[in-house]
Amino acid sequence: MLGFGAERLRADMNRLLALLFHQGVLDEQYLELQQLQDESSPNFVSEVINIYFHESEKLLRNLRGLLLDREFSDYKKMGIHLNQFMGSSSSIGAKRVRNLCIAFRAASEQSNRAGCLRALELLEYEYCYLKNKLHELFQIEQQRNLAATVRYPQAQHHLNNP
Amino acid sequence: MRNSSMDGGISPFHNIRPNEWTKLSGNNVGELHYSSILGFPFLFKSGHQLSFISFELKSSSGTCFSRYVSGFLVQMSSNCKNCSSNGKLCSSIKQKKAWESFHRRADGRKWERFVVFLLLMVAVCGLFWVLTSSNRDSSEWKMETPVSNEFKDQVLPEYCNVSKKEFHALDSLFSQRDRVTSLACCRESGFEMPTSCNITRGLKIQGSQALEKWHKMVAKNVEFNAHCPTRDESITFVGLPFSKDKTVSFISQLGFLSIPSNHLFYRKNELQMKELQDHATYYCDSNSFGLAKICLWILVGVIISFNIPKLHEKFSSRKHEIIQETPCAQQTQLLQQAQSSSRSTGKWRKKMLIVFVLAGVVFSIRLFWYLSEDIILRRKETLGSMCDERARMLQDQFNVSMNHVHALALLVSTFHHGKQPSAIDQKTFEDYTERTAFERPLTSGVAYALRVRHSEREEFELQQGWAIKKMETEDQTLAQDCNLENFSASPIQEEYAPVIFSQKTVSHIVSIDMMSGKEDRENILRARASGKGVLTSPFKLLKSNHLGVVLTFAVYNTHLPPDALPEQRTNATVGYIGASYDVPSLVAKLLHQLASKQTIFVNVYDTTNKLAPIKMYGTDEIDTGLLRISNLDFGDPTRKHEMHCRFKQKPPPPWQAITASVGVLVITLLLGHIFHAAINRIAKVERGYREMMELKHRAEAADIAKSQFLATVSHEIRTPMNGVLGMLQMLMDTNLDARQQDYAQTAHASGKDLISLINKVLDQAKIESGRLELESVPFDLRAVLDKVLSLYSGKSQEQGLELAVYVSDQVPEVVIGDQERFGQIITNLVGNSIKFTQDKGHIFISVHLANEVMLPLDARDEVLKQSLTIVQVGSNASYNTLSGFRAVDRWRSWKNFKNFSGIPEETEKIKLLVTVEDTGAGIPLEAQGRIFMPFMQADSSTSRKYGGTGIGLSISKRLVELMDGEIGFVSELDIGSTFSFTVTFTKAEANYLETMRLQCDPAVPEFRGLKALVIDERRVRAEVTRYHLKRLGISVDITFSMESAYSYLSCYSKTSVLENLAMVLVDQDCWDKDICFLLHNLLKTIKQNGSKNNSGIPLKIFLLATCTSSSQRKELKLDRIVDNVIKKPLRLSALAFAFQEATGFGKTGHNTRAKPSTLRTLLRDKQILVVDDNAVNRRVAEGALKKYGAFVTCVEGGKVAVGLLKPPHKFDACFMDLQMPGMDGYEATREIRSLESEYNEKIKSGEVSVDMSENLAHWHTPILAMTADVIQATNEECIKCGMDDYVSKPFDEGQLYSAVARCHQGLPSLLPDSAMTLNGG
Repeated sequence: MLGFGAERLRADMNRLLALLFHQGVLDEQYLELQQLQDESSPNFVSEVINIYFHESEKLLRNLRGLLLDREFSDYKKMGIHLNQFMGSSSSIGAKRVRNLCIAFRAASEQSNRAGCLRALELLEYEYCYLKNKLHELFQIEQQRNLAATVRYPQAQHHLNNP
Repeated sequence: MRNSSMDGGISPFHNIRPNEWTKLSGNNVGELHYSSILGFPFLFKSGHQLSFISFELKSSSGTCFSRYVSGFLVQMSSNCKNCSSNGKLCSSIKQKKAWESFHRRADGRKWERFVVFLLLMVAVCGLFWVLTSSNRDSSEWKMETPVSNEFKDQVLPEYCNVSKKEFHALDSLFSQRDRVTSLACCRESGFEMPTSCNITRGLKIQGSQALEKWHKMVAKNVEFNAHCPTRDESITFVGLPFSKDKTVSFISQLGFLSIPSNHLFYRKNELQMKELQDHATYYCDSNSFGLAKICLWILVGVIISFNIPKLHEKFSSRKHEIIQETPCAQQTQLLQQAQSSSRSTGKWRKKMLIVFVLAGVVFSIRLFWYLSEDIILRRKETLGSMCDERARMLQDQFNVSMNHVHALALLVSTFHHGKQPSAIDQKTFEDYTERTAFERPLTSGVAYALRVRHSEREEFELQQGWAIKKMETEDQTLAQDCNLENFSASPIQEEYAPVIFSQKTVSHIVSIDMMSGKEDRENILRARASGKGVLTSPFKLLKSNHLGVVLTFAVYNTHLPPDALPEQRTNATVGYIGASYDVPSLVAKLLHQLASKQTIFVNVYDTTNKLAPIKMYGTDEIDTGLLRISNLDFGDPTRKHEMHCRFKQKPPPPWQAITASVGVLVITLLLGHIFHAAINRIAKVERGYREMMELKHRAEAADIAKSQFLATVSHEIRTPMNGVLGMLQMLMDTNLDARQQDYAQTAHASGKDLISLINKVLDQAKIESGRLELESVPFDLRAVLDKVLSLYSGKSQEQGLELAVYVSDQVPEVVIGDQERFGQIITNLVGNSIKFTQDKGHIFISVHLANEVMLPLDARDEVLKQSLTIVQVGSNASYNTLSGFRAVDRWRSWKNFKNFSGIPEETEKIKLLVTVEDTGAGIPLEAQGRIFMPFMQADSSTSRKYGGTGIGLSISKRLVELMDGEIGFVSELDIGSTFSFTVTFTKAEANYLETMRLQCDPAVPEFRGLKALVIDERRVRAEVTRYHLKRLGISVDITFSMESAYSYLSCYSKTSVLENLAMVLVDQDCWDKDICFLLHNLLKTIKQNGSKNNSGIPLKIFLLATCTSSSQRKELKLDRIVDNVIKKPLRLSALAFAFQEATGFGKTGHNTRAKPSTLRTLLRDKQILVVDDNAVNRRVAEGALKKYGAFVTCVEGGKVAVGLLKPPHKFDACFMDLQMPGMDGYEATREIRSLESEYNEKIKSGEVSVDMSENLAHWHTPILAMTADVIQATNEECIKCGMDDYVSKPFDEGQLYSAVARCHQGLPSLLPDSAMTLNGG
């Protein structure tokens, strides 16, 4: 039962990933990232993603703070933030976030405050979406891992209890 | 003639004494010199149409020559010449200018040229018109001159005739009289020849007619002389010609008497005429010059206005250039600017045109006004001159008549009163006056009235036999009807003036008392008081209906001094001579003599009383505009007369002015029209140009959009495709059954195909948008070809095709160029060939220098030699090609290349000729034309049959063109095709070659110096094998069959020829098991010998096979006949591997296993520093590198990195992010490099011991940049600041590997997988 659940979870995970790929939320870089995960670093992906979330939230906060400041004029600083955000996003393969960053940067280069604000809104939305989905993904993965580890006894248990 | 009259006239008085002569002449105005009549030159010249008239005047005081007429005529003609030459000059200058302008515009548009031509024509026409009109002017004036000349000719002889006749009459009158009387008469009448007797004149009359006339006259003269009784007695007259000697040439010397006043008159006239003519010529001159100037201005204007659009064009074209240079985004804006500017210039041009037309209209109006003014002025002057002329003539005629009357008075005084008894009676008087009437053509009659005082009346009446009668003014009956009886006797008065002598015409007034008429009385009183002729006011003449005046002279009995008092004069008066003048007939006669009398009205008025002028002659005045008043002086100061002249016609409309101004107007309008048309045309062309530019921009934008769309779409497809592929890969990793695995694999392969197609499309788009940048890196050409072969080896083996590559010895090993693109071209061509070659034949790639083809046949490469002419060899219908199947003549594929051997030997460039020959289906002739067009295949069935998109060849062509080459092909259906292309590479340095070779394949030296025997019946194939073996350093002998090889080996088995023979390679086609067995045995013996002789290299036999199943191979191997089977196509690595396998040496663990492991070997246990500010990136990089076994240290910023990398340190490499806050990647790298160089200096100088830095004498930590966007500029910047290479973020395994490998080994090792990335399907 649970073994089957593990398989199902794996399928769910794959479906979710495919969906994310289809939506363009993620790209192949995420797969690359997954490939880097092996026995030596079993939680590599989640580790990286967590770092990403941490960094990104900090950056988003900074960006929002910069933009809401009354005497705001430091587009350059915003550009640096955005570059960072973009770099980390492309590293984990968060494609839509990255694209929004590009748009945001374009708006900031033109000193278009309204555009920046709009981009920030979108970015936050997209980031939240990504975060949710990735959390979902990790949850499934954790469950799967859990299932995989406990599969054997579970199966036994299952056999024991027809 | 004159001479004769003089002779006749003077000869009656020839016994005049000098003192009497002087007295007589002293009475008159001038001096008379009879003693000095000299011969004078008589000029007789006939010229052209202008009569050349010369007057020679000799005055008594000296001689003076004047040639007024000739002078002025010459002057005038020269003026005309001047004028015409001026005109010519002007016209030539204009033409020159126009021509210049024409030339300047010659490179312009055609229609402009046409317009210029038209303008030129118009200008020239206008010029001609102006010139001809001015010439007409001057010719008109010329016409007038002959008229006046004619007039002079007429008048002169008349005068001459008059005086001649007078003399004649005188002579005949006095011929019967005694000499004294005649002498006295002569003395008195000397004034008739007033000023000088010896004023001579040469009159030239045209033609021989005149000469004849002269002849006749002379004859007459002679005759006359004979008549004259006094001829022989002439004393004082000297030098009269013809007097005796008739043989003297009558032309040479002729004496003339003439009337000086006539001369004076002529002279005056001439002067005036001359002035007039001068004036006229001046006008004509200035007129034509002015017109010429105007024309010049017009032309200058035309030229300027033509240059303006040209300038504008230049300007605008420059603008357009600027537009073209600017990027697309600004283009539209600039275009609009240009449009508006051109529009404004168009408006400006139109304004100019309007101004020009208005100026032309104003000018033509002004011209009209000016010319008509001029005409009016000229008319006025003509009238004035005519009027003055008439007045002067009338005056002169009158004066002449008056003189005659005066003479008559003297005559009467001399002969009537001076003689006792009187020599004159009524009969004589009548006779004389009758005969001399021609002298006074204007007088109707002459009468002599005697002064009779009342005291003498009785006696007088008695003596005469009639009573003095009273004049009855009331009676105005005609003279013919008049009856003396009708007159009543005169009343008693103080004195009377009864007429005693009268001319016959007025004989009715004899005995009438002149003092009884009021007018006459006044006249008589004034006349005797003044001693001069006096005139009455005009009144109706007695007994005639004409208006007339009476001229009265007093006759004195004594000679009075000129300053005598009136009382003395009155007392001395004895009688009165009266002459009545018929003014109307006088004037009419005079006018009749003149030319152009039709044109003017002449009125003569007596204006003594200014308020009531009395009309003496002429019709009622009609006002025709101009009026000219000339004063007349008839010798009586108390009376004033005037002559009024008018033109008969109203002035005609000024045609000349009208035509001129209309002409100018027409020219202006014509020019305006032309300019208007031109401006319209310019505007149209500009509009068209703008439209075209706009369309062009639109088209370009569309093209760019298309390319961008293609690129974007391709990219967008590629990204999800990667996802698909990734997922497929993941899918395949899962537990699938065989069928599922197969499906997944198929899907994966299709996806890969799709990706490769998209890559091609991207390439095409890149090439089309010109964004493809060719690399130029040194590469091994042969290795590239081997890679291509390796790609297709599987396919060719499947299809049983022979695939071979051959590179000429002359091609350098290493060249500089873009190896990937070069490989891509060849891959495309070979892929095509494989696609279309089914189950038979071969695909043969050969590379030569382009210059080799040009070499003479002997010097050529063997392969080239063979392949140039396809001939049948042997009996089994095989050809001298690689596989024996027939191929097309390959040389035909490059015969159309343009710059085949365009590169000289010396330069750094080399040109390679690559041919790919196959024995495929061939291309149908009709499809050959579109073979290089993108997405076009030979026909639509092709894609069904063979697949593919047809984009490969088009990309190849473009790539070849990018590499300065050309591509061509030749193809025959069912025989095959050969594609040839040339590419240009740069030569690499020779030493580079060696290092590359060594690094490339360490196995190579192992075979160096060995020998091989190749047994192959096909020459070309044998050459290919030789080529590959040569690359391994093995020298090759070739035999064509097993038999010959056997004999060869057996012959030389004992000699040292075979000393180094290490292997025998047998082609599959020559394989003969029996002979091979023999050979094998032989070789065995040789081997045994060789094992003694040689350095332990065993002799091996290899079979070269195209397609052998593994079972066959096994069988052969098991037989131990051959040591190994080498699968074709031959490749360096494959050969080396086979040899190594067979010989068992060289196995040094050199493997070509999968990438990750290689990367792992490269990176294992290496200390790597990752510098990135982004935590995520840092972690990812760390994870990636750790995966390959590296020890990774991560730092956040450039400063820390610099600190860590300060030598000596433990790191083997550094991955550096470029964009970091604080110190960025570039700066950090620069700093690290400077630290390293500093340290290296220290090592050199021995400050730091070498062993401390792990036997590294030179510190250079490889620093690789990590960039998110890899563009060329960034790359260059990285290299500039001292980085070794770059990898794109996120890490791509292949790229990472190659970058790291480059850093560690200097170049990437050749991996099959990287070759896969090179191909494109």
